[in-house]
Amino acid sequence: MTRRNRTTTLILTFYCAGFLLAAIGLAVAASGDDAVARRSGDPALHEAWAARVVWACDRRKLVIVEGVRPDEPIPPQRAQLVADLLQDLMRYCNEEITARLGVDQRITVSARGLVHEDYLPGGPLPIVPASYGEPTRRERLIWAAALEKLVTEGDRLFHSDEIGSNGIACAMCHPHASGTHPETYPKFQTQLKKVALLRDMVNWCILNPLEGEELAADDPRMMALEAYILAQRNGKVIEVGKH
Amino acid sequence: MYRNNMTRKEIERRFAERRPEDEKLLRTLRNCDRRHFLRTSLRFAGMAAAASLVPHQSFQLVNVAHAAIPGASPDQAFRFAYISDTHLYDRGLDHRFVTSVLKAVEDVNALDPQPDFVLFGGDLAQLGRPGELELGRQLLGEVRAPLRMIVGEHDWYLDLGEKWREFFGPDYYSFDHKGIHFVALNSVVEKDFWTEKGYTPEERMAIVAGLDDNRQSPFEVGAEQRDWLQKDLAQVERKTPIIVFSHSPLYKLYKPWNFWTDDADEVQALLRPFKTVTVIHGHTHQLLTNRIRNIQFHGLLSTAWPWPYAPEGLPEYTVQMFRADPFNALDGCGDGAVDVLPNGRVDKHYNLWARNPRTVTAKQLAKRRPPEGGGHQGPSY
Ligand code: HEC
Ligand SMILES: [Fe+2]
Ligand SMILES: [Fe+2]
Repeated sequence: MTRRNRTTTLILTFYCAGFLLAAIGLAVAASGDDAVARRSGDPALHEAWAARVVWACDRRKLVIVEGVRPDEPIPPQRAQLVADLLQDLMRYCNEEITARLGVDQRITVSARGLVHEDYLPGGPLPIVPASYGEPTRRERLIWAAALEKLVTEGDRLFHSDEIGSNGIACAMCHPHASGTHPETYPKFQTQLKKVALLRDMVNWCILNPLEGEELAADDPRMMALEAYILAQRNGKVIEVGKH
Repeated sequence: MYRNNMTRKEIERRFAERRPEDEKLLRTLRNCDRRHFLRTSLRFAGMAAAASLVPHQSFQLVNVAHAAIPGASPDQAFRFAYISDTHLYDRGLDHRFVTSVLKAVEDVNALDPQPDFVLFGGDLAQLGRPGELELGRQLLGEVRAPLRMIVGEHDWYLDLGEKWREFFGPDYYSFDHKGIHFVALNSVVEKDFWTEKGYTPEERMAIVAGLDDNRQSPFEVGAEQRDWLQKDLAQVERKTPIIVFSHSPLYKLYKPWNFWTDDADEVQALLRPFKTVTVIHGHTHQLLTNRIRNIQFHGLLSTAWPWPYAPEGLPEYTVQMFRADPFNALDGCGDGAVDVLPNGRVDKHYNLWARNPRTVTAKQLAKRRPPEGGGHQGPSY
């Protein structure tokens, strides 16, 4: 039984054996207080902040049960969810995991202090590859793979005739994205009589040499094309507005 | 914003609608004399404009009753003209690349006096398809002067030159004309990269058609043609001027884009004993000039699209092309002529369709220093 910060009020005791967890019982001990809610005195805020924290016996996993004041017992149905969730999370013996059980019973988990992500009990542990510390090698690999995927799709589109209508592809005139100069955007494009972004010129070339249809800025194909063009020019000095 | 109001579907429908008309046009083209041809092209230009396909710059055909190819050099012995890198698709006569070929044919047909012959610098087709080569053959069939063809990689890698040779004859040959020994080479031979990987002919063609596709091999002339060239040149006197036609530049400029011939050194060695040698090549779609000892090199313009300069390796003799204006479909494209001088050297004319014409003279190249305005001022890459 521990007191952790001033909000820790409830300890669920589990007896852990090896990789398996045997849930023996749910002990409810109401003690402590909710400093935040008390300070504000606002009942709505009080409800919003209300949370009870339930620890697993390994001291590595905890569930923050939202919408339940520290001095309140957890309703049986939610208590069962908490117990099931902790049992489920014990699959990851050595991980430090914080779970949140929302008032709408939505479950999110955060492993190793990373960002909270939706979690489906029994499913894979969402390791969100973004931390605020020095990225791990694994994180770097995940990021690189995700980027590579987008750039590769852009490479494919840039070399294919499928965004146009006349068989012509971007790469025919721009091998290795040469002549696209993304590092000079935004710039005043005299022929368009306005300041253009890279995607405006991409669309110009889609409409004209390729005789295709304009792509919206958030069209995955536009994003992929921009990704490929920029990746090809990686390392070039940005010279906004250069002609 | 500049917008094409037609949806893709509408464009396709219009293309489809005009198909029978295309056929008729082609038939007329096939049998018409020069005046008729002009009228036909004008009709076609009007039709294309009526279809309101952007950009309209491609349809300036109406204005080309006289060619802009610069006047012949004062002391020329004879002149030949050139058209190159048309990259035709078999997608009807509305296609912008067809319009450009028609314009080039107009240009060379309007030359007065007529050139001794017209060199076609290779890449007639885009994907080596029989329909593309056939369309090219018909369009070039309208050229009044005799045609001399060389082959480009886009013509070759679907059927390894079968259709091309059926239409145009051997892919390498030589001939003599007014005291010059001309040699035409197939410089786009690639070592077999497809068998082991199991690529289909279509895949092989698509890979080679990708300038920046590194799954292919570098271009070369190859041992077979080098042997032939050695024997061919053995019968030629050392003081006879030689003019070589090739698709790729017969020197090493930029390998990642096959602006390159892998056995260029060996080929140059065969040409070294001759006093006056000129290489005229296609493939690079830009103003490009070089000199390596006794050999002067000139690139040809494409009718279809210009290329930016490679990020490295640009010869200092090159008078650099401006950056092309993407808002003008004809900019950076064109055709031109070569004036052969009595001494066997050449003055090379670039007839740029949307800019002032440029000429690179033998005199400029003979100077040890690169010509005025030449030199590497930083590539457009
Ligand atoms: C028929 C040839 C052609 C095709 C095909 C083509 N472009 Fe272009 N594009 C050009 C030319 C020429 C320029 C001007 C180049 C320069 O400024 O050096 C240009 C310019 C651009 C620019 C702006 C460059 C700058 O410096 O401001 C971008 C971006 C661009 N193109 C992207 C594309 C994309 C993406 C595609 C395919 C959807 C494409 N282009 C297809 C010819 C083409
Ligand atoms: Fe070409
Ligand atoms: Fe080529």
